[in-house]
Amino acid sequence: MNIIVCIKQVPNTTEIKINPATGTLIRDGVASIMNPDDKGGLEEALKLKDKYNAHVTVITMGLPQAEDILREALAMGADRAILITDRKLGGADTLATSNTLASALRQLKFDLIITGRQAIDGDTAQVGPQIAEHLDLPQVTYLEKLEYDGEKTFTIKKSTEDGYQIIEVDAPCVVTVLASANKARYMSVRGIVEACDKEIEIWGFDKLGISEEKVGLKGSPTRVYKAFTRGVKAAGEMFETDAEEAVGIIMSKLKEKYII
Amino acid sequence: MDFNLNKKQKLFQQMIRDFAEKEVKPLAAEIDEQERFPSETIEKAAKTGIMGIPVPTQYGGAGGDNIMYSIAIEELSRVCATTGVIVSAHTSLCLMPILENGNEEQKQKYIPRLASGEYIGAFGLTEPNAGTDASAQQTTAVADGDNWILNGNKIFITNAGYAQIYIIFAMTDKSQGVKGISAFIVEKGTPGFSFGKKELKMGIRGSATAELIFENCVIPKENLLGRIGGGYGIAMKTLDGGRIGIASQALGIAQGAMDETVKYVKERKQFGKPLGKFQNTQFQLADLETKIQASRLLVRSAAFKKDSHIPYSDAAAMCKLFAAETAMEVTTKAVQFHGGYGYTREYSVERMMRDAKITEIYEGTSEVQRMVIAGALLK
Repeated sequence: MNIIVCIKQVPNTTEIKINPATGTLIRDGVASIMNPDDKGGLEEALKLKDKYNAHVTVITMGLPQAEDILREALAMGADRAILITDRKLGGADTLATSNTLASALRQLKFDLIITGRQAIDGDTAQVGPQIAEHLDLPQVTYLEKLEYDGEKTFTIKKSTEDGYQIIEVDAPCVVTVLASANKARYMSVRGIVEACDKEIEIWGFDKLGISEEKVGLKGSPTRVYKAFTRGVKAAGEMFETDAEEAVGIIMSKLKEKYII
Repeated sequence: MDFNLNKKQKLFQQMIRDFAEKEVKPLAAEIDEQERFPSETIEKAAKTGIMGIPVPTQYGGAGGDNIMYSIAIEELSRVCATTGVIVSAHTSLCLMPILENGNEEQKQKYIPRLASGEYIGAFGLTEPNAGTDASAQQTTAVADGDNWILNGNKIFITNAGYAQIYIIFAMTDKSQGVKGISAFIVEKGTPGFSFGKKELKMGIRGSATAELIFENCVIPKENLLGRIGGGYGIAMKTLDGGRIGIASQALGIAQGAMDETVKYVKERKQFGKPLGKFQNTQFQLADLETKIQASRLLVRSAAFKKDSHIPYSDAAAMCKLFAAETAMEVTTKAVQFHGGYGYTREYSVERMMRDAKITEIYEGTSEVQRMVIAGALLK
């Protein structure tokens, strides 16, 4: 079985700061990590490797320093690592990103494509589903648990807002995984030593076989109108009371402010 | 010249820090309080390859270097000095002497099991009357047909009871003095080999420290490590390596105490401002931080020399001396910065101060390190 895991390098913080002048993320001084949902997805792949001897490829689109998370993935046990990096790919929104990744994935053999649910910097949860659409593959999102029959069928527990669904899907397919699905393993010491001697394949724009109109800033219909860090609100008013009286207070406050 | 860690070392530092924070730190206070050996942590460490870092892959090790090994002991000790010394004694004092002095058969037999962490290792040199003067060994080994018969006892042995493999030094020819000392590999469970008193210690209380007793303990001839009479040389060379481990432990303790203190002086307010705003705090912390950085450079340069096969005996002594005394100073001042709180077990600096003291004593006291350094200087 061939598994491809799409991973992303993100700043190590859930409190992203935004430069008010440019509307872009401030990355200075913030360490980079493998996106937590992606790490959960990689662990899912490595479990299948342990049990079914699957071959695991990790792939990322990013800056040259995204090599760090690919090495980390190799040290955890992935077999092959591909870094898609090119100036032409810069400024991509989710559509351009998924177009880029899909064009790379078309050139690879796979039975299962795994992505994280969403990245902690953008929080869109769009890239995984878009990849499935580009490749015309069935997709199961918000994966919490996966079982494999050893031949071609996956049984997946998919998390929903108010519970879960159990879904059967045949390979090839795309799944997006929650960080909470797995406690990711540590890199092994030997894995680290070997990962640093392994080659990381670098794929530029030319390798992708895709039109320049579909990638990078040109391929991104999304326009960021404004990005800002939410300011600190004034301290609220506190009332200690029972439910009935609380309803009355809330209603009168809302009326006072002409909200209702 | 490059002072940066390479790619491998950096990635390893990321991994071991993560491991230490998530698996080691949460247990540090508990194992100290209960004086309990953290078997569950050692098992997890073994799974990731931490028990065989500088061991070649052909013997089942991770194939790492001594800088990585030093980083491991530093990062583990930063949150728990007990865990640091368990890994250090196992690696430096048991794995390394077999790797460096063992014959192929011994290496094949013992190293894969030690490097995988299936076995824990220990080292027995110190005796009631042979401490700093390690040449005054009274344990004897007498050849008897295909066997050696050991008699005597060893004290203050780290990992005693939990280790399966012990490197034991004994007199094979008293008339030869230090040239009559030989080294042996002794397995736990060998008839005539038992454990005596478990020490109740000031610090590193989760590590097991006990007496080893040999009463007509019969071990096979092939368990002689190195040549007959070569034991003292093996012991000294092993301790040179061990000192890098203990210096790394001391460095980690100092760094851990500094981490806690920096956090504390930013939060704790007296006279209307955080302690960190007082110049007295700032100047003292600046001096301590400088010493910690100096320790780290000494430790890394000694490890680098070992990796590069450059003689490192005096470098190991210097890093151990300086890092240990720095750890004692930093932890004592860390408690002082914490005031009354620092004297309670609520705050980890209390434990760190108790843990730091041993680094000035074991694997050669600070006085022994000065002897080694002066000896190299004045030879």
